[in-house]
Amino acid sequence: MTRILGLASIWIALAMSVYGIVCAVIGLTKKRPAFVIGGMQSVYVNFALLTISTAAMVYALVTHDFSVGYVAQVGSRSTPVFYTVISLWGALEGSILFWGWVLAMYSAVVVWTNRKREGDLVPWAAVALMTVCLFFCILLVGPANPWGLVSPTPADGPGPNPLLQNHILMAVHPPLLYLGYVGMTVPFAFAVGALLSGEIHTDDWIRLTRRWTLSAWAFLSLAIIAGMWWSYEVLGWGGYWAWDPVENASFMPWLTATAYLHSVMVQERRGMLKLWNVNLIVSTFLLTILGTFLTRSGIISSVHAFTTGTIGYYFLGFITLCIIVSLVLVAGNSEKLRSDGQLDSAASRETVFLINNLFLTAFTFVVVLGTLFPLVAEAFKGVKVTVGAPFFNKMTIPICVALLFFMGVGPALPWKAASREQLRTAFILPGGVAVFIVVLALALGMRDGYGIAAFAFAGFALVCNLREYAIGTRARMRAHGEAPPVALVRLIGGNRRRYGGFLAHMGIITIAAGITASSSFRFEREATLKPGQTMAVKGDLSVRLKTLWGKDEPQRQVVGADVEILRGGTVVGALDPRMNFYRSQDQPVPTPAVRSRPTGDVYINLMAFTPDGQSATLRVILEPFVPWIWFGGLVVAMGAVLSAWPTARRSTRRVAYAAPQRAASSVPGTAFPGGAMSMTQATSLPPSAPSNQA
Amino acid sequence: MNWKRAFLFTAGLGAPAIALLSYGMTRNPRDIPSPLPGREAPVFTRPVFAPGADSVLRLPVGDSVRLAAHRGQIVVVNFWASWCLACRDEHLDLSQTATAFAPKGVRFYGLLYNDKENNGLRWISDMGGQAYPALSDPGARTAIDYGLYGVPETFVVDQRGRVAHKFIGPVGRVQLSKLLDSLLIANGDSTRVGPPDVSTDAAVTRAVTPPAAGVAKP
Repeated sequence: MTRILGLASIWIALAMSVYGIVCAVIGLTKKRPAFVIGGMQSVYVNFALLTISTAAMVYALVTHDFSVGYVAQVGSRSTPVFYTVISLWGALEGSILFWGWVLAMYSAVVVWTNRKREGDLVPWAAVALMTVCLFFCILLVGPANPWGLVSPTPADGPGPNPLLQNHILMAVHPPLLYLGYVGMTVPFAFAVGALLSGEIHTDDWIRLTRRWTLSAWAFLSLAIIAGMWWSYEVLGWGGYWAWDPVENASFMPWLTATAYLHSVMVQERRGMLKLWNVNLIVSTFLLTILGTFLTRSGIISSVHAFTTGTIGYYFLGFITLCIIVSLVLVAGNSEKLRSDGQLDSAASRETVFLINNLFLTAFTFVVVLGTLFPLVAEAFKGVKVTVGAPFFNKMTIPICVALLFFMGVGPALPWKAASREQLRTAFILPGGVAVFIVVLALALGMRDGYGIAAFAFAGFALVCNLREYAIGTRARMRAHGEAPPVALVRLIGGNRRRYGGFLAHMGIITIAAGITASSSFRFEREATLKPGQTMAVKGDLSVRLKTLWGKDEPQRQVVGADVEILRGGTVVGALDPRMNFYRSQDQPVPTPAVRSRPTGDVYINLMAFTPDGQSATLRVILEPFVPWIWFGGLVVAMGAVLSAWPTARRSTRRVAYAAPQRAASSVPGTAFPGGAMSMTQATSLPPSAPSNQA
Repeated sequence: MNWKRAFLFTAGLGAPAIALLSYGMTRNPRDIPSPLPGREAPVFTRPVFAPGADSVLRLPVGDSVRLAAHRGQIVVVNFWASWCLACRDEHLDLSQTATAFAPKGVRFYGLLYNDKENNGLRWISDMGGQAYPALSDPGARTAIDYGLYGVPETFVVDQRGRVAHKFIGPVGRVQLSKLLDSLLIANGDSTRVGPPDVSTDAAVTRAVTPPAAGVAKP
């Protein structure tokens, strides 16, 4: 029954997508508004249908309905309910269903929020969204059908992949990833809509797109960080990023979306980079599909790769369609995408945006090249090669260091052109901090050039971004006599997009510092201990194995080691690294134990043990500043939310138009050179928007 | 709409990208190429450290096995280790296949890779014994000759001393049996049943002294 309901919903959604596309396209080309509206409304029906199908799948999973193919594949009576529910995205078919549902939800939101908008842009965008939705419906009735009938009904199933039921982050990382990944379809649909409706030369579509890109980007950022965290907490190798094709698949669209979020400002302010921005949006979407294709088709070998089947051919067909449509539309309309303005000065914010875009594009190119290199090499040289972390690290670390530097320079520079005086005041303090960090690092014995540069530029960029907050707050305090916290809150409230952006910068800087520190100062030691024995790790830090224990759980057997952490002989903490033996798999799944402190983690992995409990081999890894990476990810997301959260429209308008004049009159520019500088940067100047916020 | 430009860009940028991805669909990235299949199998002479349980295949500990002397027989060379989890998967299959094919003259040897003999012995007893003899491979010389990527890998050497097939990862009983049957038929050996020919004896050099006695007393 559940099976029929779930499958029928998808078939109807497929039919509704076809109906919607045909109806809307006829309406749009033959100028029949009623057809357009009718066609667009099928996105709501689709959302309802896919919600039914997804809910039915969750129901089937929870009730252990093993007659359903997907449940028989990932379900098990011994799996806890929580992991049963989240196994919805634990394998190919379920993840495609979830993908389709997220896409249908986004499509419905897009059409609903723009229902009063005039013009053909949104209808065409809806056609694009429905086409993507149609593709996923085809997958769901074809190669990725989760509703296949299993007969006779098995009594029990194998349960989800042990790795996917070992940590709570499995409930967080995949949904975030889909929200971000699928979210990138919306900007693409808007771009297609703008190109097809002829509204591409207006900047209106850019405004529609920006917030969608920003929120998808925020989800994707969080998803990547959550994925790193999961890999760190679960896989037991003490690392968080391996340049695996699947990681790259999530990272490539993130890079192009990041580039877009910056270059779109240049278009909004100066009317430049129009063609470039369209290209970035289209590339972001194509990279999400490419990433999915690479990991679902099995053409690239990866630890994450899903089981392969015919689905690769479907994706190949779809990616071909997307590439052709995108290229035809963008190249065919490129003449409409000429720049209105041009660069005035090398020392201006738009120049830094341009540089940032070049670096981010180069970064994307390196990652795409590294990921596809096995394919290229085999196609042209007939040899099997893979490029691993050394290639990626060598190529991308210099780019990251440069990006860190420009992350500081950009916010400090005004639009159009900066004067010499402005440059001097802006960079004396951050430059000093950078020099201080270099001296400090050398004094502490650090000799890795890129490591030192990364720390120095991180410090530089952090000071530059913090300085923007400080200048604005101080200006408000002087102008309105506000207390510092009030001034800061109102400053941010007055121009959340700007200060949210700086906050996101600080998050990225924190992540960069965490990555640099944890990879530069990582220390590891391994030893086999008997219960009661102590091993010295580093300095006065040592660990003692207390006991080795075993425990039976319904779905697995757990072997754990109780380990005490000692500093100078006194116990400061306890950890219990484990090894889990799932009944469905021969290979044990480790659960490392991590003791996190802001200055770093003690990471212990149970490597081996003797069955009689007489000894255990422990690997202890010291990873300095790793928690900064997770914290930084949260800061990035907060920054993005701050920027993207919709404002009550009236008050923003008033701020935007009323602010600058009043600011200019109330803050003497000569007294606050920095304050004067930030005034040229933002039209809706924050220090002077008191009335609306009060 | 500039159709000419649209066409040029699609043909120039899109087509190569699509062609590359389509080409990818014809490849299997998990196939690790080896120059060995079809070529002469690297010969080795390696000492037995675990005798093997099957009455036909069993060899005394300390004997030396020479691959070169096995001409005319099919030899299955399996690289394994006690620390290798996938080796546990294939162990029973290999052992049973070895017993089943021993009367047809097929020889099985397990070469211990990067491991201590004691660990290997304990592993064999933990796994409930092994039908065929286990050989040690000091310095992993043979493993290097065979271009080993990891364990388990299994090489099937045909009657002419060529590598007929290479298995990466655990071997299944069915696929291995099929391969051995086809090799036996191809060489007209299918009729031969019973104890193998004399070449077995030539392939194994008897240990001069039993190792336990020989080493302990100066």
